[in-house]
Amino acid sequence: MNALEILFYALSAFTIVSAIMVLISKNPIHSVLWLILVFFAISGHYILLNAQFLAIVNIIVYAGAIMVLFLFVIMLMNVKKDKEPQKQLLVKLIGVIAGGSFLTLLIALVKQNTSFDRSSVLLKEGTIGLIHPLGKALFTDFVVPFEISSVLFLSAMVGAVIIGKK
Amino acid sequence: MPIQNYIYLCLTLFSIGVMGVLTRRNAIIVFMCVELMLNAVNLLLVAFSKMNYGAAYIMSPSTTAGIDAQVFVFFIMVVAAAEVSIGLAIIVMMYRNTHSIDINFLNRLKN
Repeated sequence: MNALEILFYALSAFTIVSAIMVLISKNPIHSVLWLILVFFAISGHYILLNAQFLAIVNIIVYAGAIMVLFLFVIMLMNVKKDKEPQKQLLVKLIGVIAGGSFLTLLIALVKQNTSFDRSSVLLKEGTIGLIHPLGKALFTDFVVPFEISSVLFLSAMVGAVIIGKK
Repeated sequence: MPIQNYIYLCLTLFSIGVMGVLTRRNAIIVFMCVELMLNAVNLLLVAFSKMNYGAAYIMSPSTTAGIDAQVFVFFIMVVAAAEVSIGLAIIVMMYRNTHSIDINFLNRLKN
């Protein structure tokens, strides 16, 4: 087992434990903080795959902007911890069983598929995740979606302001 | 690293998100679980992109195969940011009207 594999398994365990903690925390603020840890762990995975641009964008956009927005909304609402509504135990159990069987089904499907056996992921190497090739692709082949996404942001901004003003 | 390891990791993350959507009643937590599912898909897309790149790298070292998957992940992040701003605005509006963020209040959209 080399260092990359150890790093992969450690990051994966950290990701999954943090994701489970998002679910079982009673306090919504703790959930947000655990979710930030999940995003940092996923950024670590991106760095392991040498997708450096996406790692930085993930930290800036998700951990920086989106999670701060979540924290602001939770603090604005001043949700009481003991008043938080809980589902019945039966409904929770059914939800966990449904998710678990979904996971089992998909894992069985992947295990059955033999076309993945020969393919492996290139860790640590490769230049496609760096800023230079990505920027080139973004401004030549994907320039129309890039400009359309700015219109999307404008409409999202107008929509958020209109919804928030009422 | 075999691609199966990444597939199992992302499936687990996605299923944790599904369980969160099914078991929690706090609208913000449900929304956060949707973000978790989005991130699992992003990670899997990047892993597949590096798989394709690794296969093409053996043929010619200067290939850019798999770069469109990473651009696609970038656009998913862009759309997710817009979606979060609208979704949180809707949750704030719902809290102002009902003084609660319980999603069971949303089962009847009238009134």
